[in-house]
Amino acid sequence: MAEAGAGSLHGGDAAPPSPPREQELSRRLRRLYPAVNQDETPLPRSWSPKDKYNYIGLSQGNLRVHYKGHGKNHKDAASVRATHPIPAACGIYYFEVKIVSKGRDGCCEILHSKEETFQERVFGFVFSPLPPAIPECLLEKRYMGIGLSAQGVNMNRLPGWDKHSYGYHGDDGHSFCSSGTGQPYGPTFTTGDVIGCCVNLINNTCFYTKNGHSLGIAFTDLPANLYPTVGLQTPGEIVDANFGQQPFVFDIEDYMREWRAKIQSTIKRFPIGDRLGEWQAMLQNMVSSYLVHHGYCSTATAFARVTDTTIQEEQTSIKNRQRIQKLVLAGRVGEAIEATQQLYPGLLEHNPNLLFMLKCRQFVEMVNGTDSEVRCFGARSPRSQDSYPGSPSLSPRHGSNNSHLHSTGADSPTCSNGVMSTKSKQSHSKYPTLSSSSSSSSSSSPSSVNYSESNSTDSTKSQQHSSTSNQETSDSEMEMEAEHYPNGVLENSSTRIMNGTYKHEEILQTDESSMEDSCPQRQLCGGNHAATERMIQFGRELQMLSEQLCREYGKNTMHKKMLQDAFSLLAYSDPWNCPVGQQLDPIQREPVCAALNSAILESQNLPKQPPLMLALGQASECLRLMARVGLGSCSFARVDDYLH
Amino acid sequence: DMKNAVIGNNKQKANLIVLGAVPRLLYLLQQETSSTELRTECAVVLGSLAMGTENNVKSLLDCHIITALLQGLLSPDLKFIEACLRCLRTIFISPVTPEDLLYTDATVISHLMALLSRSRYTQEYICQIFSHCCKGPDHQTILFNHGAVQNIAHLLVSTSYKVQMQALKCFSVLAFENPQVSMTLVNVSVDGELLPQIFVKMLQRDKPIEMQLTSAKCLTSMCRAGAIRTDDSCIVLKTLPCLVRMCSKERLLEERVEGAETLAYLIETDVELQRTASITDHLIVMLADYFKYPSSVSAITDIKRLDHDLKHAHELRQAAFKLYASLGANDEDIRKKIIETENMMDRIVNGLSESSIKVRLAAVRCLHSLSRSVQQLRTSFQDHAVWKPLMKVLQNAPNEILVVASSTLCNLLLEFSPSKEPILESGAIELLCSLTQSENLALRVNGIWALMNMAFQAEQKIKSDILRGLSTEQLFQLLSDSDVNVLMKTLGLLRNLLSTRPHIDHIMSTHGKQIMQAVTLILEGEHNIEVKEQTLCILANIADGTTAKELIMTNDDILQKIKYYMSHSNAKLQLAAMFCISNLIWNEEEGSQERQDKLRDMGIVDILHKLSQSSDPNLCDKAKTALQQYLA
Repeated sequence: MAEAGAGSLHGGDAAPPSPPREQELSRRLRRLYPAVNQDETPLPRSWSPKDKYNYIGLSQGNLRVHYKGHGKNHKDAASVRATHPIPAACGIYYFEVKIVSKGRDGCCEILHSKEETFQERVFGFVFSPLPPAIPECLLEKRYMGIGLSAQGVNMNRLPGWDKHSYGYHGDDGHSFCSSGTGQPYGPTFTTGDVIGCCVNLINNTCFYTKNGHSLGIAFTDLPANLYPTVGLQTPGEIVDANFGQQPFVFDIEDYMREWRAKIQSTIKRFPIGDRLGEWQAMLQNMVSSYLVHHGYCSTATAFARVTDTTIQEEQTSIKNRQRIQKLVLAGRVGEAIEATQQLYPGLLEHNPNLLFMLKCRQFVEMVNGTDSEVRCFGARSPRSQDSYPGSPSLSPRHGSNNSHLHSTGADSPTCSNGVMSTKSKQSHSKYPTLSSSSSSSSSSSPSSVNYSESNSTDSTKSQQHSSTSNQETSDSEMEMEAEHYPNGVLENSSTRIMNGTYKHEEILQTDESSMEDSCPQRQLCGGNHAATERMIQFGRELQMLSEQLCREYGKNTMHKKMLQDAFSLLAYSDPWNCPVGQQLDPIQREPVCAALNSAILESQNLPKQPPLMLALGQASECLRLMARVGLGSCSFARVDDYLH
Repeated sequence: DMKNAVIGNNKQKANLIVLGAVPRLLYLLQQETSSTELRTECAVVLGSLAMGTENNVKSLLDCHIITALLQGLLSPDLKFIEACLRCLRTIFISPVTPEDLLYTDATVISHLMALLSRSRYTQEYICQIFSHCCKGPDHQTILFNHGAVQNIAHLLVSTSYKVQMQALKCFSVLAFENPQVSMTLVNVSVDGELLPQIFVKMLQRDKPIEMQLTSAKCLTSMCRAGAIRTDDSCIVLKTLPCLVRMCSKERLLEERVEGAETLAYLIETDVELQRTASITDHLIVMLADYFKYPSSVSAITDIKRLDHDLKHAHELRQAAFKLYASLGANDEDIRKKIIETENMMDRIVNGLSESSIKVRLAAVRCLHSLSRSVQQLRTSFQDHAVWKPLMKVLQNAPNEILVVASSTLCNLLLEFSPSKEPILESGAIELLCSLTQSENLALRVNGIWALMNMAFQAEQKIKSDILRGLSTEQLFQLLSDSDVNVLMKTLGLLRNLLSTRPHIDHIMSTHGKQIMQAVTLILEGEHNIEVKEQTLCILANIADGTTAKELIMTNDDILQKIKYYMSHSNAKLQLAAMFCISNLIWNEEEGSQERQDKLRDMGIVDILHKLSQSSDPNLCDKAKTALQQYLA
């Protein structure tokens, strides 16, 4: 009988959490606490089976807590902490506990059946179980505390009784702030009630809710890294936690909205002093330098004209850089090296690491069949493979040249080249101009930072945003731009990607003649034998360069790795679909391009990074630092919120 | 030119008015022949003048500016219309402008409704005019009948915050204490969303406070009108918490006042909402802060500032008292919590003697609410001698205060209240008797009610004092009062007076004739069951007297009536009649035999036999007991 009673209680609702439920939880937690880096600071998801007193029993995916001690006096109190402390980057953190049973009557059955039963200890006979001999006075006083505690606080106690421990107790409705004596706080609570606990990591306070109603501030000046904690002291007490598994009874998101608005208005109202003119000049300067840095020559000139500012760099210098960058991004690294040596003599000689990087890239592009040294062997139009797909080109991936800014930058190729991943299945996506597509990635990767900048020389009209513009134009330019180039980049080798060309670029002006490429299969060096030979020869030269550098400057593991990776491509019959095939992705041209650009700028005594990016990086880093040192307001001041 | 000269300069404005520019401007404005640019400029200048002091507005009103501007609204030119509306808006929101001026011509409202579609400025100004000029149910009905709800509803989702806000304010005044409007509002939808949902969205915490507060007012009105249930989550989980937040220290003084008043109104009649509010965000403690303003005694040098502070202090205090009154209206635990709040009783006692009528009234209301507790009457009310200031309030106060104060007095005069004695000694009987003569119905009810409470189980002297103070004429006057409440309480008073044998005999010996007359009259008249029951109970009390019995036994008319009610279809009346009979035939008393015989002859015994078979256990028992008296 006892068994049945227990069974019905424990098996009554919800089966143990299944993977989809876990996913649902993850989704919900991400939405609630988007600023939390869960790899660094995981969120509490259940009670910890390790961090509890042994009078505590856990079930239902470690969400249900029941008491299994004697419950005679306060020495029998038992607590359990959640698996992880509350990360400061939550800003506002919230969890709820439902009182399934306050203990006392009826509960003893469950206790005796589930745990070591009374009957089993008696050999031979089966006594009917005795009712527990708990004195009335104790039954009258139910103890149940919900709250927070730091790691290491004694678990043989209720939350709130000790230092760094805080609790709200159901029997008297008092709050316990690191003290054995409580303060009158709220109403009492009992079976059926849902008690919520909200930690505000911005002002370090805490309030509770009862059945969805806020009860007001309970604690102030809370320390960092507290764990959700619950403590029981009466046989039969059962509580269920909700760390986000279910929708909350209290509207926590509304509370978060209030704080988000508060913090954002603080930022908005932040005094910038009475140097208003200076402030504006600084902003203009930042924009201008950004445009110049990436070589948006005409836009920069236009901007300078309107804002009445001057550009530090010479027009021709900007154009030169622009040309070199385009070559790299088009995969024509050999030509880029040549152009650099011509325009900036001595630059590469002084930067052997950069040169090596470029040469490695050149080798990869040879494999790809895009570099001019191998392309010229092709029977097809020598310029036919100039195209750079999707032209994320000059719109830089933020963080790629500053990798610590955006840890996600590196592993999300969608960041600047969303085109590749989102449109990969479309065999006829066309990108008529450089500029229009750069922002199309904004739709595919909300986390990426995007500027849509026009680089076209004709007008700023082409600065249209996003996919709409490229859809409009793609149809009209379809006939003109009938060139389709295989450009092995995709994970799916059978899908042939067709890339549009740019037509108004000076370096491509000769390429107006178009031709069809019907080859469905990507081949090494474009499938040309002579080209392959050239490639192998180039590989040898590269190897020699590496050895030479090694002699002159000592061993360089980076170089070794680069070279190894590049050469590994040859070990596979289908380099595009191999473990190191990633290198062939045009997106990999970007870091090389950025490094070269920076080096050129540095050689001209110009900043190698645009101040705008520096500021952005600083802001992001600052927020991460805030999260680490426990400043909760970082969660409502996301850099992304200000970049759309 | 003139426009730039006056804008932002009150002195220049006054000068211009003194120089007689207003009639000239109005003339130009009304001149059909002048160019619209000129007319628009005129409206702008007039609008600027109206922005000045109240005296400016008065001068403008004296020149019949409203008619001229309303006339201007008929123009086809939108810019000109907007300028006129702007000026009208400025004038109508001034406290010196009578709202009725808007309603003198019926076509004005419909024209304004039509102009609502013209531009976001017409929308903003017209809504603002409506919300300021809608005072009382008459105005609400006029606007409602002109389709205000439909015309304004879609403005709630306007992209302009100002339009949204003014539309919202319109609804808050339209729906206030108006079931018709409230019932309509719940079913109106805009872009597929019902208005209550739109209001709830406006309650979100990141919305401007003004918007949250006004939206909460709309929902409150709708809830009080019965259009939204009190247990609806939009009330319990949204409106109520929002209003509690408005009471927090972080809010502006005005917001705290409005928040508390609105919350008091929302929870006034619903005990569950009172309970929820009482635990939300420490509301009861939070309200105590309302008494701590101004926090520090500000320098008296700045008289203006001081005046401002005092006004706010009054507003805050009265709002807090009102909310405490609502909170403690029904739940004993909440009352206890309120009274345990620091210095609460002292604050109420002080409030009772404040100069501001508003504060005094609210303090009395709060006291009234708390006086509905047996425990508090016996403890804190006694400890703080609350009756003293209360009695003071009752001396020549305006009626509105008198009503609540006398209501409170009713509770303090309850038999178990220790305040009863001192109140009597301080001349309450006289005061209450005079209240029963008031024109004001509520005062009459409270007066007689208090006397009734006073007479309950009172000693002979008090009863005589009451009868003497009231005078028989007044007593009979009250028995023929058109209000059933007054009648009931007067009967209750009679019943309380006529208890314990010596008292009954004494009173009946002096007032017997009149009382019997009144009883007969009421039993014959068209009255509801409760009244008749109460009257029969009085007869039963009389029948319990020793000498008073004879007044019934010798009155065949009354006996016949008792007999009639024994067979009445209503069990309550039957039971009451049976009490009379029981008392008349009770054995051990002198002359019981004769009375039994007389009643048997009247056929009462037969009826008793019949009743002893009744399915109603009370009737059955009572009849059997009565029959036993015959057997003995």
